[in-house]
Amino acid sequence: MPFDEMITADNSPRPPYKGYFDWYSQQKTSDLLKKSRDAEAIFRKTGITFAVYGKEDASERVIPFDIVPRIISGSEWRRLAQGIEQRVMALNAFLDDIYHKQEIIKAGRVPRHLIEQNAAFLPEMIGMRPPGGVYTHIIGTDIVRTGENEFYVLEDNARTPSGVSYMLENRETMMQMFPELFNKNRVRPVENYPKLLRQSLAAVAPPGCSGKPRVAVLTPGIYNSAYYEHAYLADQMGVELVEGSDLRVMDGKVCMRTTQGYQAIDVLYRRVDDDFLDPLTFRPDSTLGVPGIMDVYRAGNITIANAPGTGIADDKAIYSYMPEIVEFYTGRKAMLENVPTWRCSEADSLKYVLEHLPELVVKEVHGSGGYGMLVGPTSSKRECADFAAKLKARPSNYIAQPTLALSTVPILVKKGIAPRHVDLRPFVLVSDTIKIIPGGLTRVALKEGSLVVNSSQGGGTKDTWVLED
Amino acid sequence: MLGRTANGLFWMFRFIERAENTARLIDAGLRMSLTRMHGHEDEWDSVLRSAGVIDAYKALHPVVTSGDAVNYLLREKTNPSSIYSAIESARNNGRMVRTALTREAWEATNEFYLELKTLLARKIPESHMPEIIDIIKRRTGLIRGAFHGTMLRNEIYNFSRIGTFIERADNTARILDVKYYVLLPAASYVGSSLDNVQWESILRSVSAHRSYGWVYDEDYNPVNIADFLILNGRMPRSLAYCYSKINANLGYLSREYGSSHDAHRTAARIQGILDNREIRQIVDSGLHEFLEDFIGQNNRLGNEIGQAYQFYQA
Repeated sequence: MPFDEMITADNSPRPPYKGYFDWYSQQKTSDLLKKSRDAEAIFRKTGITFAVYGKEDASERVIPFDIVPRIISGSEWRRLAQGIEQRVMALNAFLDDIYHKQEIIKAGRVPRHLIEQNAAFLPEMIGMRPPGGVYTHIIGTDIVRTGENEFYVLEDNARTPSGVSYMLENRETMMQMFPELFNKNRVRPVENYPKLLRQSLAAVAPPGCSGKPRVAVLTPGIYNSAYYEHAYLADQMGVELVEGSDLRVMDGKVCMRTTQGYQAIDVLYRRVDDDFLDPLTFRPDSTLGVPGIMDVYRAGNITIANAPGTGIADDKAIYSYMPEIVEFYTGRKAMLENVPTWRCSEADSLKYVLEHLPELVVKEVHGSGGYGMLVGPTSSKRECADFAAKLKARPSNYIAQPTLALSTVPILVKKGIAPRHVDLRPFVLVSDTIKIIPGGLTRVALKEGSLVVNSSQGGGTKDTWVLED
Repeated sequence: MLGRTANGLFWMFRFIERAENTARLIDAGLRMSLTRMHGHEDEWDSVLRSAGVIDAYKALHPVVTSGDAVNYLLREKTNPSSIYSAIESARNNGRMVRTALTREAWEATNEFYLELKTLLARKIPESHMPEIIDIIKRRTGLIRGAFHGTMLRNEIYNFSRIGTFIERADNTARILDVKYYVLLPAASYVGSSLDNVQWESILRSVSAHRSYGWVYDEDYNPVNIADFLILNGRMPRSLAYCYSKINANLGYLSREYGSSHDAHRTAARIQGILDNREIRQIVDSGLHEFLEDFIGQNNRLGNEIGQAYQFYQA
């Protein structure tokens, strides 16, 4: 039996859920189901949609929202937050090191080829120190739980993590629909995130910036799957939402085309991948970026958040070294555990993985969004065999992990509530300080028994409460 | 404000206006076919002409029938002026400038698009047309209401309004031009007695068949109709009204930004013409020529505004 976060084996609520459970016991399922439909209508009307690539007709979908909150106690959160903070410090120290002295490689803790032959490693960043020494400013650490006190970090999203708009809209929707719950439970607020984000971005403005730093959000445009979030964050922060075509380099600054001519930008929160950022430096066919922005960046006249080249820190091939990395830079053992990982590039590991395929989860090193992975226990023999062939052909393209018994939280179903597997993505902001927003995005696999929580694969979301206690 | 945002607002509101105008044209066409005495369907020919899509229509359908014409104006995806396309474009522009809109204005637009998508998923039988037209009018009214009720009166508002009135002026001029063209091949016919139904249809397509009576208090008369739609400053779809609004909004922009452009001079010149001419003068020297010239000038103004406020990358 997986660990259920709300209800114990003897069917009583765990402490953080006590208040919610009492309330829930007095509700009629039919009323809750109606609220649930109302919630979806709100999301659709607001346009909180995401695009699913390759599916023409359903090009804009609403991520299903479940109205049962996921609740974390104050003490559980404090433990998580400390672990996340340690990890985020290590990530930034690691990035600074591998783009400068590479001491971790010299110390033999991380193999050189894994860094230097990695597509996410940008030689253009060698010797470059971003303003404030911060490389990854906005991080979404994916965490899973398997027991009362067992938490694992599944992934460090250190490039351009998305989902924070869902965290905010989920809370907004819950507060609108169930104000009474927020009177009874002391839920820590998340809604100041846009303000903290803006402060955080302003705090890492280039040193030469005089006056109030001008911040902008760079989006690939309305057809990007996370466009809603880009617009939402720009709107909430009160800054311009720009596209590559709005920007050009003039007099050594990156400027945006306004109705009154060009104006310089100091900090660019970019939601465009490294490859597309500057056609003069990276992909020459990119129309989403700004020609010459890397020169401005290297000259210290703009801050790019997150910095180019941060992908090397959340690469799945690097992930298995995270315990060493955390210890190397913080001098202490990692407070949050890594999921045990087999690197298929190593012969012994590959052999083990091939022998135990039906028990394991196998992921592409560079994959994301739940695509191109194998979940052994829920796959047929045929699927495992097909995957084994791919694995043998390109072993270094894969890592494998044990299938974790992810914790469950109930969702609302026709007959009441039923447990479903969840994960958690808290959001972290790094500038001169580290801020962890109490809450995050809980993703939930809506299909019974499913372990895949990705929205592109039928996952939904929940409001995530951290209690004040 | 970004030049692209100004451009997005300008076009978002042009497209909303266009959708509404197309709905009115369909309405007028349906009305004409109900009151038609002879067997031809030439009213749809003139409706398609007024909407400026007759050539594109004929490339798809060799014959003009009411069923095809309505479908083309309502839901044809290759027709950029069809109601569906116009609202889709308005909504895409709205998504692009989402940060410039209030939640209410955006939601009214988004909801209209979502409803239309379901509504127009298949061909609409003629019996359902009045209901569809009604929904469209109500939805555009809702967008307008949300916009006026919640938007700050700043540059965002100004660019949106300018888009609305450039589009509206273009539309009114086209409707009038097509009708005069069809009905009055030569200016000498002006003043002769005419088919009342045809005249009423012109007024109907600008929602002015009732207000005309209030202002002119007599039977339909081509010169009065032209006066109403061109020079009457109180008629919200007349060219004069549109230009007073365009000039007012351009004026706000020049004060806000502390500079004016070619666009300001062009708009002022056009308004000067509308303010200082008598309708008789216009008719005598050729209504068609006047309208054709106006449509060209109006287009030019649109381009000049785009240049002045950096709508596009140079």
